[in-house]
Amino acid sequence: MDEAIRIEALVKNFGRTRALDGLDLTVRTGEVHGFLGPNGAGKTTTLRVLLGLLRADSGTVQLLGGDPWSQATELHRRLAYVPGDVTLWPNLSGGEVIDLLGRLRGGLDAKRRAELLERFDLDPRKRGRAYSKGNRQKVALVAALASDVELLLLDEPTSGLDPLMEDVFRQVIRDERRRGRTVLLSSHILAEVEALCDRVTIIREGRAVESGTLTELRHLTGVSIRAELAAPADGLARVPGVHDLQAQDGQVRFQVDPGALDAALRELTSAGVRSLVSQPPTLEELFLRHYDRASRAGVAR
Amino acid sequence: MTALTGTGKLVRLILWRDRVVLPLWILIFVGLMASIVASFQGLFPTAAERQSYADASAADAGFTSLYGPLHGSSLGELSVWRAGFYPVLIALIALLTVIRHTRTEEETGRRELLGATVVGRHAGVAAALLVTLVANLVLAGVVAAAMAGQNLPVAGSVAAGLQLAAAGWAFAAVGAVAAQLTSGAGAARGIAVGVLGGTWLLRVIGDVSGLSGGGVSWLSWLSPIGWAHELRPYAGEQWWVLILPVALTALGAGVAMALEARRDDGAGLLPDRPGPAAAAPALRSPLALAWRLHRGLLAAWTAGFAVVGVVLGGAASSVGDMVADNQNLEDIFTRMGGRTGIVDAYLVSVMGILGLMAAGYAIQATLRLRAEETGGRAEPVLATAVGRLQWAASHLVFSILGSALALVAAGLTVGLTYGLSSGDVGRQLSRVLEGALVQLPAVWVLAAVAVALVGLVPRFAAVAWGALGVCAILGLVGAALQLDQWVMDLSPFTHVPRVPGAALTATPLVLLLAVALAVGGAGLAGLRRRGIPAA
Repeated sequence: MDEAIRIEALVKNFGRTRALDGLDLTVRTGEVHGFLGPNGAGKTTTLRVLLGLLRADSGTVQLLGGDPWSQATELHRRLAYVPGDVTLWPNLSGGEVIDLLGRLRGGLDAKRRAELLERFDLDPRKRGRAYSKGNRQKVALVAALASDVELLLLDEPTSGLDPLMEDVFRQVIRDERRRGRTVLLSSHILAEVEALCDRVTIIREGRAVESGTLTELRHLTGVSIRAELAAPADGLARVPGVHDLQAQDGQVRFQVDPGALDAALRELTSAGVRSLVSQPPTLEELFLRHYDRASRAGVAR
Repeated sequence: MTALTGTGKLVRLILWRDRVVLPLWILIFVGLMASIVASFQGLFPTAAERQSYADASAADAGFTSLYGPLHGSSLGELSVWRAGFYPVLIALIALLTVIRHTRTEEETGRRELLGATVVGRHAGVAAALLVTLVANLVLAGVVAAAMAGQNLPVAGSVAAGLQLAAAGWAFAAVGAVAAQLTSGAGAARGIAVGVLGGTWLLRVIGDVSGLSGGGVSWLSWLSPIGWAHELRPYAGEQWWVLILPVALTALGAGVAMALEARRDDGAGLLPDRPGPAAAAPALRSPLALAWRLHRGLLAAWTAGFAVVGVVLGGAASSVGDMVADNQNLEDIFTRMGGRTGIVDAYLVSVMGILGLMAAGYAIQATLRLRAEETGGRAEPVLATAVGRLQWAASHLVFSILGSALALVAAGLTVGLTYGLSSGDVGRQLSRVLEGALVQLPAVWVLAAVAVALVGLVPRFAAVAWGALGVCAILGLVGAALQLDQWVMDLSPFTHVPRVPGAALTATPLVLLLAVALAVGGAGLAGLRRRGIPAA
């Protein structure tokens, strides 16, 4: 089985609100998959469907080769989950919660637990009510990461962590990938996804709007070019696939689709190129562009 | 006073959040007070009947411990006396309200959100107290109007209302102080309820001792519940007594704010001890987790049941003495619902009240499921290899067996104290225990109603308390109001065999069990099918 998660055309409604609107998501075994979207896009709902906590209204969902709703308990032995908003029992200590959740899942690696406590610099003796948001998140992370499971479902796991701890988190996730575990990492922190993930799915209003490796996504979205020209390149605006063209004082900036790159460069060289910078878009640009475009389309509608 | 800045805004917030609950409990108590007057008027229409009832009751230790001292035989005196437990209930509501709007807000972090806006350090406590105190005054006013409206003397009616408000005021202040002591709202509630229970017992001991001219009758004066009774509505009102609860309220508010000024947001004065770094080997199942979550509450309820059992059981024999030489009164009691013996009738009504209380525990334990769900603590457990039914069962064990344990505790203490005083422990213990245990199927029906609400309409889970309220009203005043039988039949407690005394019939118990199973089963089926957390 080379797919840990396969979701097709998933729909989930809450009353009249459509939280998921035909979502597709595939996570291959052994990869770290970024699940990217702003607040309210449907990331948490998707994870809850994957956990069998919510029932899909339509569409197919496969998790580790099984049905997450009807086989929830068996499947849960093979995965660990870190909720986005971790709340702990006020009178249980962090250490007790870690052990309890690990045991309920079917076992915990004591050595790994100690190592993770050390790396995350977490005091396991505090009571649940005494932890800060970041420390509650660490409790849930240690409980998940110290379990011997195939799949990790992480819902914005670093939203309460400081930069030092975020760095520790990244190292730990890289370790996990080396161990061959599959990770679905929901996040709205682009740098984190860019640093960790093999493949990315961008979700917007309950639909996957982009999915693929970062290279593929960049390829799809094209290249950003800035050039200093000897003469105005008037033909550039007529090249199909050139977007967002700005020309000023002999400088041009534009975005170009991969298929149109050749034609665009020809227009530039015919005008005479003094300097040229070409950049693949950052994930951030990809993301913003997508949302920007979508919201503009939304306004036009 | 910058420390109080924003109090007005917080008052409005509390009023908005409690816009249903606040008027509701005021109305319920006004209705209860008015219905007691009507019921006494119906049961004892003539002054002579009231006099003979009062003569016997005033000297009775059982009644005195339940309702407080009785000073005269007028309709007003009898009614207020019979409502003698209401100040305790009002006190309970007042302290819970104050803690809910102070420590609970702080524990959940909502106070931090507000505290960062233009809101003074003491505004939260001040607003919670202000709302509770004014609500109690409104209650006093409406009760006074309702009593005076039934042609009772105006001064006494005002005192009857203030009697309730005085208890509410005193324990609003107790709640405010308790809320400063611990970082958890549950522990704060425990402390405040403990103080309430302790002062109630002081009053009971003081009043019962006063019956025989005993030496410790002054104990009642240490108890705010005792003060409420000493106001003596319709019996030559002692208005000056009101100084005591008002002074205690002022003192409590001052202490609460002084304590608040000395601590950090979120912290209590009593320090949190660090917990273990690793879980005990036994903490490895949902049941073990549920035990950790329920054990404090269960222990408190069981201990409370045992104590109440001692008090009520101790009163049982004096109920018998009282009527032994009073044929008139015996007739009255038989009319009020007794079957064979007066003591049995008393024990049946005691067990009925304990059954209602046990149902309160069962509902509270069941609603823990919903609290875990909305608090986000169900999700991490259900994301492990724990099935939903297994998770639900781990909590329901406590509502089912915990309520049984509490009833057994009360049955044992009632049976032992009554048995010892009547010199027949062996026989009475088993009869009384039987009377306690027959309540269980009815208790479980209410627990099942709570399960059904959680499973099928989780947003309305708290309606389970309403169901308990309906049962309590039907059980306590339904007969006096002469409601139709089909209305009375709505309460599962109506169907409980009136043991000890009447024959123990299995049919209603089996039927109640079947209803509990069906309703609870429907709830569990709903829980399996719905999303968690429910939208």
